[in-house]
Amino acid sequence: MSENKEHALHIVSPRIYVIIFALLLVGTAITIWASYVDLGVLNPIIALGIACSKATLVVLFFMHVKYATKLTKLTIFAGLFLFMALVGMTLSDYISRAWGSW
Amino acid sequence: MSDNSAIADGVLENAHDEHPAHLRHHFHDVEQQADASNFAMWLFLLTEVMFFGGLFTAYLIYRNWYYPAFVSASHQLSIPLGGFNTLLLITSSFTMAMGVWCAETRRKSGLVLCLILTFILGLGFLGIKSIEYSEKIEKHHVPGFHYSLNSFLDPDSDAAAKAAGDKPLPLDVARHTELYFSLYFAMTGMHALHMIIGIGILGFMIFRASAGAYTGGHITFVENFGLYWHFVDIIWIFLFPLLYLISRH
Amino acid sequence: MSDTIVSLPDQSTARIPKMNYLSKENGLLSWLLTGDHKRIGILYLISITFFFFIGGALAGLIRLELLTPQSDLMATDTYNKVFTMHGVVMIFLFLVPSVPATLGNFFLPMMIGAKDLALPKVNLLSWYLYMIGGILVLVTMITGGVDTGWTFTTPLSTHYVNTNVLSTGLAVFIAGFSSIFTGLNFIVTIHKMRAPGMTWFRLPLFVWAHYAASILMVLGTPVLAIAIVLLALERTIGIGVFDPAKGGDPLLFQHLFWFYSHPAVYIMILPGMGVISDVISTFSRKRVFGYTAVAFSSVAIAVFGFFVWAHHMFIMGVSNYAVLVFSLLTMLVAVPSAIKIFNWTFTLYKGSITFETPMLYAFGFMGLFTIGGLTGVFLGTSGTDIHLTETYFIVAHFHFVMVGGMLMAFLSGIHFWWPKMTGRMYPEKISQLAAVVTFIGFNFTFFPQFILGTLGMPRRYASYPAEFQILNVFSTAGATILGVGYLLPVLYLTWSLKYGAIAGDNPWQATGLEWQTQSPPLTENFVEMPIMDHEAYDYEWLERKNLEKQKEVASVG
Repeated sequence: MSENKEHALHIVSPRIYVIIFALLLVGTAITIWASYVDLGVLNPIIALGIACSKATLVVLFFMHVKYATKLTKLTIFAGLFLFMALVGMTLSDYISRAWGSW
Repeated sequence: MSDNSAIADGVLENAHDEHPAHLRHHFHDVEQQADASNFAMWLFLLTEVMFFGGLFTAYLIYRNWYYPAFVSASHQLSIPLGGFNTLLLITSSFTMAMGVWCAETRRKSGLVLCLILTFILGLGFLGIKSIEYSEKIEKHHVPGFHYSLNSFLDPDSDAAAKAAGDKPLPLDVARHTELYFSLYFAMTGMHALHMIIGIGILGFMIFRASAGAYTGGHITFVENFGLYWHFVDIIWIFLFPLLYLISRH
Repeated sequence: MSDTIVSLPDQSTARIPKMNYLSKENGLLSWLLTGDHKRIGILYLISITFFFFIGGALAGLIRLELLTPQSDLMATDTYNKVFTMHGVVMIFLFLVPSVPATLGNFFLPMMIGAKDLALPKVNLLSWYLYMIGGILVLVTMITGGVDTGWTFTTPLSTHYVNTNVLSTGLAVFIAGFSSIFTGLNFIVTIHKMRAPGMTWFRLPLFVWAHYAASILMVLGTPVLAIAIVLLALERTIGIGVFDPAKGGDPLLFQHLFWFYSHPAVYIMILPGMGVISDVISTFSRKRVFGYTAVAFSSVAIAVFGFFVWAHHMFIMGVSNYAVLVFSLLTMLVAVPSAIKIFNWTFTLYKGSITFETPMLYAFGFMGLFTIGGLTGVFLGTSGTDIHLTETYFIVAHFHFVMVGGMLMAFLSGIHFWWPKMTGRMYPEKISQLAAVVTFIGFNFTFFPQFILGTLGMPRRYASYPAEFQILNVFSTAGATILGVGYLLPVLYLTWSLKYGAIAGDNPWQATGLEWQTQSPPLTENFVEMPIMDHEAYDYEWLERKNLEKQKEVASVG
């Protein structure tokens, strides 16, 4: 089955790498700055949101997933989905008991 | 069927002359082989996601249960050191990506340089990590027999706690800081172990790269290692805000 | 109308092909350093059989102890160790690798038309990791064993026992990686190495089953690994994640443990179901009814299997809302398994059924797995589970699905593919006898345990109230018969290696690609790359092919 030409076809240029690198540094700076500001419940959301965005940039560009096959993308999605299931369903137990601890 | 074995030997021998040395016999062509190993690497990274996933689950539960304790405990971590480490790792991801590009474009000396830079940055990360760890050991913040609650019961006795302006914690809350450090050491320790393995492989790769092993068109090893290295970076991208930046206000 | 479909070559002139994967190279190193998936399958077969009998001996000890109500054969502590090691050995060293590592390794590449698995060296590494894990378990047993139950429940395993929890944990950790690498290899191979024309929906259902099981292996096992790591840290340093005194929650270990261990039961059963699909089709001379449904149900079992783990924890202190959600999801996961049973039944309907040994085991599977599965519904219903859990009802339930189900499927597969692996037929009469003996022994052993469970006999207890003795005696008697039933195949299969009839390429006239090559196969499996131009289980295609061959022979002559 020959949908395997990704390597031969697409070489990501260093320019893109530099841009992503810069974005990652900016993201890190913002995340550090935001932790010093009291935004209430938004603090963890922003921190995780920035972390997810940085991770997405690394996955898409440094790890070439933007130019990869559907199978690769599906595989990553499956892994993330299952991770969410582990966290989410375990938390569903904890959230609905140990009332005093929350 | 069985009488074809005589022909079989002939067919296989002819095939030998035509393919690159690194093509294994059970693959038709290099694309299939490279594609298969790339997919295999991603599946392996999935196992790593689920492996760290257990730790993240534990962390999320206990951080929500014991938030004040986690906040105080996290003030023991140094943001300059952690931030600098994040810088080192992100840069090492950049140099690794550039290394893969050099392999793809057959730039041997470029590849070797990038690998060496990644190696040094990785070592730097581990160096700073060991400084952080030794600090924890000195202050008796390692979970287990010698764990000390002093920094949290009496923040003025501790420079980091004082600088963060912490109030003294009640005893039962202070006890939960040990859980924070358990998860801190488990998560950063597991991460550091993966870094050590990665740096070891990098050392091996630097030798092979200078011999031209990866710039002859067969870049699979470098590419797949790159995936591993970026993954380790991504774990840190999450560990840094979760452990260091819980709340600094 | 014959009562057997076996078609062997003329025994007076038939010979084992001189060039095959067994004769290609000789010497111990050619086996220990092999990359050939078939040799690795054989290595696994030998090691798995060895560990099976160790686990079986431990089972024998359990049943001996339970002959009498008192704990008189061994001290209760020793009994705890015996049932723990029985569980650890049988689950991690036998059931999890059984079909995938032996038949899967051997036949997956052949069934899809490939020369080997995608990563042969990783395959060999898998076997070595398995052996290291297995040897470590043996060492653990000899140096005092573990008595926490195979489930390592905290805080018992972290704070209250002095036994070899750490070394057993390490052994399971290592064996887990063996499983992960096998699954990884299978997924890559199935995606990337199918022969031309071998589309997903032409794959044998054996391959679909292994694909689904491999997803579980790859995604589930790492969570067990981290659970063991945390367990070890808790036990050695006292990090506190599972220790209430430090604010931890013992239930967290169980969440992580069962997140793997529930999918693990599907890892164990799915490959067996793959075997049954192929066997039932062959011995009814009919394509599997509802191929697509069976294929998708394998994947559905894998997916849903990840979302039901807390049904092992209903009485452990999880919240009522979690109990509700997980109980509902557990009802859902039963559906795909039932779909398979229905489809196999419809395959049998109006088929030309013959009763060779693989088919006998397959019938045994269908009946016993159905019973086991249905009793799972009582357990998934949280109300009844409160009464039945931690009793012998659970023991009977999982032995019905694992032994009556999976082990029968394993034996079915071994007998079905034995001619292909070895070039020899096993002796039919004694093997049919062994299958029947196993079925009878099994029912005598485990059916009384359902009754014992509903009456309230707890599991993992060396002593019990005197009124339960008669059923326990039945159970032990059955276990003796079962033991005979399992010993017989070892004897006659070994015998057949030298004295069995020469099997030829396709003694069952089956349709898979593996049956279109010589027995035993060549190291490279196929002389030239096969091209798949027919659907799975296409018996008309096979007939046409045989006719063509006959015409060829006739015209040449």
